[in-house]
Amino acid sequence: MSTAALVPLPVVLPLIAAGVKFAIGPRLPKLHRAISVGTLSAVLLVAVLLLVAADRHGPQVAAIGDWRPPVGIVLVADRLSALMLLISAAVTLCVLIYSYGQGSADDEEGLPLAVFHPTYLVLSAGISNAFLAGDLFNLYVGFEILLVSSYVLITLGGTASRIRSGTTYVIVSLLSSLLFLAAIGLVYGATGTLNMADLALKLRELDPNIRLVLELSLLLAFGIKAAVFPMSAWLPDSYPTAPAPVTAVFAGLLTKVGVYAVIRTETLLFPDDDRVAAVLMVVAFLTMVVGILGAVAQTDVKRMLSFTLVSHIGYMIFGVALGSRLGLSGAIFYAIHHITIQTTLFLTAGMIERVAGSTSSEKIGGLAKTAPLLAILFFLPAMNLAGIPPFSGFIGKLALIQGGAQDGSWLAWVLVAGSVVTSLLTLYAVGKAWSRVFWRSPRVAMPSAAADDAAGGSGSPNDVRGATLGGRDIARGGAMPRLMTAATAALVVLGLAFTAVAGPLTDLTDRAAGELRTRSTYVEAVAPGTVVRTADGSTEGPPVRLPADFDRTSSDAGDPFSGRIPGATALPPRPSSGGRVEQQGVGASEIERGAP
Amino acid sequence: MSVSAVLAILVGVLVAGGVILLLERSLTRVLLGAVLLGNGINVMILAMGGVAKNAPIIGQSAKGDQNDPLPQVMILTSIVITFAMTAFLLALAYRSWQLQGHDEVQDDVEDRLVATRREAEELEDTGADADLEAAEDARAAVEETPSPDDDAALTRDA
Repeated sequence: MSTAALVPLPVVLPLIAAGVKFAIGPRLPKLHRAISVGTLSAVLLVAVLLLVAADRHGPQVAAIGDWRPPVGIVLVADRLSALMLLISAAVTLCVLIYSYGQGSADDEEGLPLAVFHPTYLVLSAGISNAFLAGDLFNLYVGFEILLVSSYVLITLGGTASRIRSGTTYVIVSLLSSLLFLAAIGLVYGATGTLNMADLALKLRELDPNIRLVLELSLLLAFGIKAAVFPMSAWLPDSYPTAPAPVTAVFAGLLTKVGVYAVIRTETLLFPDDDRVAAVLMVVAFLTMVVGILGAVAQTDVKRMLSFTLVSHIGYMIFGVALGSRLGLSGAIFYAIHHITIQTTLFLTAGMIERVAGSTSSEKIGGLAKTAPLLAILFFLPAMNLAGIPPFSGFIGKLALIQGGAQDGSWLAWVLVAGSVVTSLLTLYAVGKAWSRVFWRSPRVAMPSAAADDAAGGSGSPNDVRGATLGGRDIARGGAMPRLMTAATAALVVLGLAFTAVAGPLTDLTDRAAGELRTRSTYVEAVAPGTVVRTADGSTEGPPVRLPADFDRTSSDAGDPFSGRIPGATALPPRPSSGGRVEQQGVGASEIERGAP
Repeated sequence: MSVSAVLAILVGVLVAGGVILLLERSLTRVLLGAVLLGNGINVMILAMGGVAKNAPIIGQSAKGDQNDPLPQVMILTSIVITFAMTAFLLALAYRSWQLQGHDEVQDDVEDRLVATRREAEELEDTGADADLEAAEDARAAVEETPSPDDDAALTRDA
């Protein structure tokens, strides 16, 4: 069996499992656990196999229902997709185990879990679908699957605070979906195809200004999802009120799905536009700086983490904006690192809440004595996030700074400076939170907490409580459930492991970045040099010769931007047929790799 | 590619109406706005299929004289998604009404904090000695319960 047959499994398995779980209902908790853990473990295994296959044999492609592109839907696992899939499978599995720990500790085997766990599986199916989609519309469907399940998860239990923050989240996400859908309509109107490999060929033929409109409308939709600065205000307001496992998986994965979509758009579809690269640079800078300034001002640990999440998205956008092999490699590495670290930090924030009854650093203190293990579990990823040298955050930031230096433009240097400042401010923000929550003497902190208790526990709006899956107040000061600790520790170790395997991992992200820049690899894998099914039934289309500047590999050695030759210079002749249906036949009929 | 003017105008009207409703405060209006916006975009995708021709069924119409079926397929998918979203938003609006007696979208927590903080500072600035106590009260209010009026639900939850 070829590995290409495995490509649909990360989408299909969780969906089937979710259906089975709904069918079983709230009975048989042990069977439920077995199904959830088994499914996500299977997805993890499939992701490993896909990554190995994609790395050795090139992109793995599955044409659904054997309908050939550009008409049929394809799922593609190239190095980037497989890598993101692998890390998301690992993280979702750990968070699942954490949520079982929390669920059993809260004695909530009943109602809420019956919704939480199947929805969680649907969410993971949606994430996998978004990573694997080889087709813009399928990407939209993937987004919708994960969004709709995230709506359910963020309003879980239906308490007032969750309804309030959920409303913002739902409306903003809905708007971004509609923008994406409109962009898809425009892309289809302009090119007559939505298959990404086919688009890579056809978008070149368009007027550069129309191409700019399409690119910006797609980036706008993805930018909202990724919480890039002007569109990031929704995130810190809506994430912290959800249950800890939900916030953790949202923080780790949902924004990165947006980043992934931005990477795909900027590499496969619209690789050569300096104007957009400059805009992305400015936006990345603002995201970093504005986000981290927000984090510095926060006193609540969860809110502080939400702002650092926004801020560090800027690093990935920076790498994408550079567009060089080094920049993209750094962005991919940073995404992997950040998924793991941010998830871990939110999980530890959930545990802080459990131990101390709050995550507001004004109310709690001295936890290092009562929960020394938790202090370590928070400290390690916090330092990792700030980018202290031995940790993976440092490696990712270093790669991006190197990429910026290699780029050499003044804008890139501003970004380099911005990322250093952001890194220092991150250290300040997480350091402040850690020392307040864990280090300072409890006596300094406790009076206000005691006063708060006397007042009937009604906290300030900064205080985000109610962390159980069902929305009830959690029991204070309980012992730490072992499963929760184990799952968090596993993620901390995974974060540390990135340092241990930094060499092979950066090689891999470097190869993934190279593959992103060599677009013909992807196009050839999706539409191999054979005949493409054409709309009018004929089996022949005019051969498309890839121009020499289709791939950007030639520019790797020198200035990264030199490869961005405007596509209009070496266009293949535009097909003369006026109708849209006819145009579909001009797909990647016979692709010859351009000799750089 | 040519586009029907009627469809183009319809898209404009639907999207404009949708945007206006989305900017409203009440969740029910926002929901209606989302529905209008979704329909507007669906019509736009339909318009992207070009001018109307015959049904794309082999044997019923000539090959060159068929509509592009793909936009219709996409619209079908997005209608299903919009439908699910409408149902969810309705449930959300109803739950909000259950809890608070209205379905208005509330301010961001941070916005409210900033607003109350500014009020407290203004009190402090303008206040003479007699007002100092009031300023203290306001500062305490920021820390405890910033704006009791529209914050009742939040504290009730906590």
